[in-house]
Amino acid sequence: MIAPVTHILPLTLVSRSRMLPSKGRVTARVGQNVNALDVVAEADLPGSHILIDVRRILGLRRIDQAHRLIERKPGERVEKGDILAQTGGILSKVIRAPETSHIVSIQKGQILLEKSGEKFELKAGLTGTITKILPERGVFIETNGSLIQGLWGNGHINQGLLHFLAKDPLGELNRANLDVTLRGSVVVAGHVNKADTLQACDELLLRGLILGSMSADLLKIARKVTFPVVVIDGFGEIPLNQLVFDLLKAHDKRDVSLNAGWDPIRGDRPEVVIPLPAFGQPPQETSIFINGKTVRVLTMPYAGRIGKIVAIRPGLTKLSNGLRVSAAEILLENSQVVTIPLANLDVLE
Amino acid sequence: MTTPHVDAESVLAIDIGSIHTRAFFFDVVDGQYRFVGSSRASSTVQSPFFDISEGIHHALLGLQEITAHVFLEESRLVIPSRKDGVGVDQLIISYSAGPAVRTVVIGLLEDVSVESAKRLARSTYCQILDTIGMNDRRKPEMQIDAILQAQPDLLIIAGGTDQGATRSVAKIIDLVSLALQIVQREQRPEILYAGNSTLAKHVRETLSRYTEVLISPNIRPAIDHEHLIAGHQVLADATRQIRTRQLGGLQSYSSICSVEPVPSSLAFARMIRFLSQINNPQKGVLGIDIGAASTIVAGSKAGSLDLSVLPIGMGNGMANALEMISIPEIARWLPIHIPEADVRDYLWHKYLHPGSIPATQESLVIEQAVTRQIIIAALHHHISSYSNTTNGYEPVLASGLSISQTTAGQSFLILLDSLQPNGITTFVLDPFGLTTALGAVAPVNTLLPVQVVESNAYLNLGTVISPISSAKYGTPILRVKIDYEVGEQLILDVRQGGITMLPIQPGQSANVYLKPLRPLIIDPNRKGDTLSFKIVGGACGAVIDTRGRPLVLPADAARRRDLLRKWILTLGG
Repeated sequence: MIAPVTHILPLTLVSRSRMLPSKGRVTARVGQNVNALDVVAEADLPGSHILIDVRRILGLRRIDQAHRLIERKPGERVEKGDILAQTGGILSKVIRAPETSHIVSIQKGQILLEKSGEKFELKAGLTGTITKILPERGVFIETNGSLIQGLWGNGHINQGLLHFLAKDPLGELNRANLDVTLRGSVVVAGHVNKADTLQACDELLLRGLILGSMSADLLKIARKVTFPVVVIDGFGEIPLNQLVFDLLKAHDKRDVSLNAGWDPIRGDRPEVVIPLPAFGQPPQETSIFINGKTVRVLTMPYAGRIGKIVAIRPGLTKLSNGLRVSAAEILLENSQVVTIPLANLDVLE
Repeated sequence: MTTPHVDAESVLAIDIGSIHTRAFFFDVVDGQYRFVGSSRASSTVQSPFFDISEGIHHALLGLQEITAHVFLEESRLVIPSRKDGVGVDQLIISYSAGPAVRTVVIGLLEDVSVESAKRLARSTYCQILDTIGMNDRRKPEMQIDAILQAQPDLLIIAGGTDQGATRSVAKIIDLVSLALQIVQREQRPEILYAGNSTLAKHVRETLSRYTEVLISPNIRPAIDHEHLIAGHQVLADATRQIRTRQLGGLQSYSSICSVEPVPSSLAFARMIRFLSQINNPQKGVLGIDIGAASTIVAGSKAGSLDLSVLPIGMGNGMANALEMISIPEIARWLPIHIPEADVRDYLWHKYLHPGSIPATQESLVIEQAVTRQIIIAALHHHISSYSNTTNGYEPVLASGLSISQTTAGQSFLILLDSLQPNGITTFVLDPFGLTTALGAVAPVNTLLPVQVVESNAYLNLGTVISPISSAKYGTPILRVKIDYEVGEQLILDVRQGGITMLPIQPGQSANVYLKPLRPLIIDPNRKGDTLSFKIVGGACGAVIDTRGRPLVLPADAARRRDLLRKWILTLGG
């Protein structure tokens, strides 16, 4: 059975692509070292449009009459006030460009203008080195270091110094734990269940928050805060899993980059990357459930617990609620052996 | 109905869902098509595979184990089958996987062509991001901006009855052509034109220089006549082109399929329409399928088809479900106490792990509670599109893991609580999720669905009788006489406010006579005070639901939980 994989790796080669949503310009170069917030590419988003009905404005009967009077061509850039069309003669009727724009199309006696739009800037998303460029599209970035994938993120990108605040895997973060010494840092905690805590983090200008779990009640506010929030083990009261707890504790006070981008349709996950001065191997992206694999339990009552598969049960197993499912025996870290549906496990590789 | 002996071919149907890829094997056994077995594996449309092939491969490996039939050689599907029996003769694919098709609907009159185009869009996995009608107050350039902002995959253009408006439709085409010129070529949407058919040639000539244009028969050929069925297939063609770009591997598999891959919603609806034609066409059949990402409701009577797809479901459709459905609405169905905060956390956590299975009693009851509300929301959405949807369908066919993975009694109660039928109907469960597969096969093999349905691939859950009475709780309202085929007879009185299971065993035939003891309506679709009919007991026998319509649950939580537990026990737990 195909097993979903989550990366919690102390040292690996992290290679990621960063692509523009539409054609644009790549501003980085191969070999360049970038930080997570550096802009590597940009694109001009289309601005709003203005449709000028030359035929109607000039009071003409036929479309070809309008086209004879239009003095511009598609693709031309015009400044505000430039003449677009005129009847000529002593009492000339003149149509001028209402805004600085460029001409997209001239058809059926109408001119379609496009104003300048906003610029979209694509950030690197992690600290590393540009290894490859796709012209007009984007870049590939690599780094060596620790990689931790989360389950949910609020879409922001940032980087900063890691501050490990979690006294235990389910330690709650609240306003009382936060002080001004944490300003600008990336904080690790077990659990957040109060909106006030996230507000306090925003006031402190944190550069990131890594949590084991969060109350689902806080989703709206988590999306609104200005710093990346990465949730590792899910919603509810789920302890930060031991592997991530130990790994992040070991990296206390190191630089970390967070890309809290999350796309459940494509399967893009939020990620925490801690660059290290060592070389790692690329991680395994695919796996199957077999004996000996290290797995994480995804659902209650053992959500967040790490263990090893000791046996895949043959056929279907009847759960306490009556459902019959494919399941495995898992040896948890506390030596307890539990039966878990395979669908409720992911492999940690 | 006996169908002829067949010497025909084995068929493999694959359904690619957002979470699961399922494979179904049909073969000829003793001269008749039979459903031999099915298997499912995780879909691989997302990272890291971005290709359907791996999921299909694993589903086929599982199918080989279950059926002892070999489909693969050196990891490749053998098609057609060989003399040694390896392989399969026909491959059919249906799909619901993929992101919502971003759609803009453009028409003339809001409550005519625009409304019909929206109903067409809602019959598949479209997300309507904007609609533009002729009375749209936005200036043309703002309408262009709105189209661009939506970044649509698809534009559905309707308007003008045949022989009707041309100038207004031509203006729409001019607007669309301006918008298309602005978009980079590879990002241009497909166009589905379903308006005045006299303009079809002009539409194709004008817009095909920019993008792919598909022409459908007019979905509104006359002002008071809507013809969506014609549009369904063309919409399926349009979405298939979009999905071919989005789903890696779909194009390769299409080349070995017996017919072009079809959206699961259309395949499901096709089968519902077929079932309505072989059952009682006047009563019609209602089909409900709850998937991970979306819920399909299809109703068919006398050859018509009302089809809607709502992007709410038990997996990655959970976020949308929680936007539409409040936690208290879900929690009211819980037969045990679970704090609402825990319910919220569980369901959002389920969204993160859409393929996960409820492993505890608490998680199972939460999922059954949200299943009820998803059905209620989907039905409400369906009725808003098809206001002439009535109760009175028979049978009601339901499929989806969250309905079928539990006991027959709980499946029955989920349907009874959410659909709240009036009169008399039968609940049928599709425990293997065959309906979509059969509907996908039907265009190339009309015999197979008939013979598989005849072979009891579906589970008859039972007949439900829901009389409408205003009597007080506990009042006897109905006298039921059951004449068993073996000659025994039983008379019992049914009281207002509960669920009564009639003592009819699964498969047992009995004649049932219903006599009102108080003024009531037994079945709004039938005349007469006393009703009699023959019942064949389903998995839950037969049930009389006198809880009232609409079903009102007690506000007091403890009392409500007691009642819910009582109803679960009545239907076998």
